[in-house]
Amino acid sequence: MNTMRITFLGLVCSVLMLPAAFAGTLDTVKSQGFFNCGVSQGVPGFSNPDENGNWSGIDVDVCRAVSAAIFGDPDKVKYVPLTAKERFTALQAGEIDVLSRNTTWTLSRDAQIGLEFAGVNFYDGQGFMVRKDSGISSAMELDGASVCTNLGTTTELNMADFFRANSMAYEPVVFEKADEVVNAYDEGRCDTYTTDKSGLAAQRTKLADPDAHVVLPETISKEPLGPVVREGDGDWADVVRWSLNAMIEAEEFGLTQSNAKTECALTSNPVVARLCGKEGGTGAGLNLGDSWSYDIVTMVGNYGDVYEKHVGENTPVGLARAGSPNASYKNGGVLYAPPAR
Amino acid sequence: METDKSKIGTFIFNRSVQGAFYQLITLGLVALGIYYIVTNTARNMLERGLASGFHFLGVESQFDIGMTLIEYSPTSTYFDSFIVGLLNTLLVAGIGILFATIIGFTVGIMRLSSNWLIAKIAETYVEILRNIPLLLQIFFWYFAVLRALPKPKQSLELYDSFFLNNRGLFIPDTVFGEGSSIIFYLLWLTIIISIGIFIWAKRRQNRTGERFPAFYVSIALILGTFLISLAATGFPVSFEYPELKGFNFKGGVKLIPELVALTFALAMYTASFIAEVVRGGIMAVSKGQTEAAKSVGLKQNLILRLIIIPQALRVIVPPLTNQYLNLTKNSSLAAAIAYPDLVLVFAGTALMQTGQAIEIIGMVMGVYLFLSLFTSLIMNLFNRFMKVDGER
Repeated sequence: MNTMRITFLGLVCSVLMLPAAFAGTLDTVKSQGFFNCGVSQGVPGFSNPDENGNWSGIDVDVCRAVSAAIFGDPDKVKYVPLTAKERFTALQAGEIDVLSRNTTWTLSRDAQIGLEFAGVNFYDGQGFMVRKDSGISSAMELDGASVCTNLGTTTELNMADFFRANSMAYEPVVFEKADEVVNAYDEGRCDTYTTDKSGLAAQRTKLADPDAHVVLPETISKEPLGPVVREGDGDWADVVRWSLNAMIEAEEFGLTQSNAKTECALTSNPVVARLCGKEGGTGAGLNLGDSWSYDIVTMVGNYGDVYEKHVGENTPVGLARAGSPNASYKNGGVLYAPPAR
Repeated sequence: METDKSKIGTFIFNRSVQGAFYQLITLGLVALGIYYIVTNTARNMLERGLASGFHFLGVESQFDIGMTLIEYSPTSTYFDSFIVGLLNTLLVAGIGILFATIIGFTVGIMRLSSNWLIAKIAETYVEILRNIPLLLQIFFWYFAVLRALPKPKQSLELYDSFFLNNRGLFIPDTVFGEGSSIIFYLLWLTIIISIGIFIWAKRRQNRTGERFPAFYVSIALILGTFLISLAATGFPVSFEYPELKGFNFKGGVKLIPELVALTFALAMYTASFIAEVVRGGIMAVSKGQTEAAKSVGLKQNLILRLIIIPQALRVIVPPLTNQYLNLTKNSSLAAAIAYPDLVLVFAGTALMQTGQAIEIIGMVMGVYLFLSLFTSLIMNLFNRFMKVDGER
């Protein structure tokens, strides 16, 4: 942890030492041939490394989409695993260019901390997980409970709000790293573990006996999670924002990773033709090649492809999309991208 | 003209003038560097829309803290959270230093024992503990403690008043009722009188050589007065017992497992270094001192107390100070196991919620600097006090 503190101070110092004026992130990224993407230290389905150190997950795929859009290659990304506590400083200090680490969009972060949110790639809400044998069936029965959670998250504030609003007492037990939270909860230090519900589903796969735990029905907060960039660099923010939007719009118009090649050859729909890079010259405004959105869809996939691959019902995380806010607006969800034209 | 030139020459080539010149240049460069860093930081922060200043200290924090020594709630300010974190750091450092000193001195003296087994036990202790990274030891004690302890409903209990489970150790709280303040006044009074007795006894011994059992007399005085005053005021003291309510115990005093594991790990680890410092200090006292003391007929425990330890302490105190400073700074590892110390609460949660890294890290660094300097000051004063007259 001493190394942690040293890196942290290093980060602060690098904010101090940064040159007064610096080139736009997009130009820098293009000339160096890669960019740095801040991810979690391991949340299955969102950003998680395998045994060979290859990262995967829906947060990782946002960075892969940005890479595909800029370089026509989804793997020109260096992943930087960060704790919740380190993430914003790393972004401000220029250590990473995109933060894609299940980060909640809030007013204070947007306005006060010098961050710019590029969109929402997962609509989440905070929930509680308990042991099945505790017999608890509602979050309203948690009066007096010990609650394990992560440092430096909106979770910490939401649980304070929740227990205060319902005049219940509790004991917060706050860890710096997600793995330590899971470990302590598993060892019985806490009665309940609280974080975003997607996080609960993901972390549950790491417990000794995942079936002995249950997520309570209450959702106590809104947690729109999405990629973040530094404030004050609009061109770069646009690239990240539209890479995400292209994935969402491709799904809306039925353009998937598997059918994109044939669809693009045959299509007569102008929206699809634009996404395929055949019409409209959408790349120019973003300072990208016109095939940027086609590359995203063929190399990374559309939003639905990515969702089902990493967190859908057939994955260990197993989050049903139908009926959740993450469904397309056409299916009763809130996923809605502005038109890419 | 000729003389003027040589005057200027002697001035330029004068050593102290040259020295001052270079010092002035260095000072100027440092000042320029600081000015650059400050203005550049301010501009960068402004450009990126980062808030700055210390206004946030007066804003409601809106988060909770697991262990607080003062009243604290989400409606308290960020400054309150700073104080809570600071007190928790002081608590763990204080208890840690106390136990590290006791264990360290014991083990250090054990290592010098002529008994082979005792010496080897002490050596093993030192070699194992000082060679394993502290963070691993903290994790080990924390998760070892958690795994070994039962759930609240199966708590280990003692006389229905002490409870131990994986949520912590719960002990009865003493509640002092009305009329108990007189007891404390008397307690303080007897402590002051005892100090007086010690000074008087020492002076008398220096003057006449007669010894007075100051220690036993003081203990009898303090305890006796305390008990008599308790009885006289009709025992205005009651106990609040912890009770199992819902998930956890309520009432009484609670020691959370994070505090126990952290203090334990810090004390055990630092003690292994202190043991070596103590051993070195004692070995630095030449054997002739012991022999001389024996030859004038002093008993073994008096040799240790009057001859060896006072001389050894002069060698021990400076490196001991370093160990105390290390322990205080190492207590910031608390963040790893959820003990709400200054780093976790203020440089962690508060920093994340406000985003004001420079101000907060600056304050935290200031606190550790102050604690370290303060500890050094106390130890230096102690060292001066221990110095033998006429020594360097």
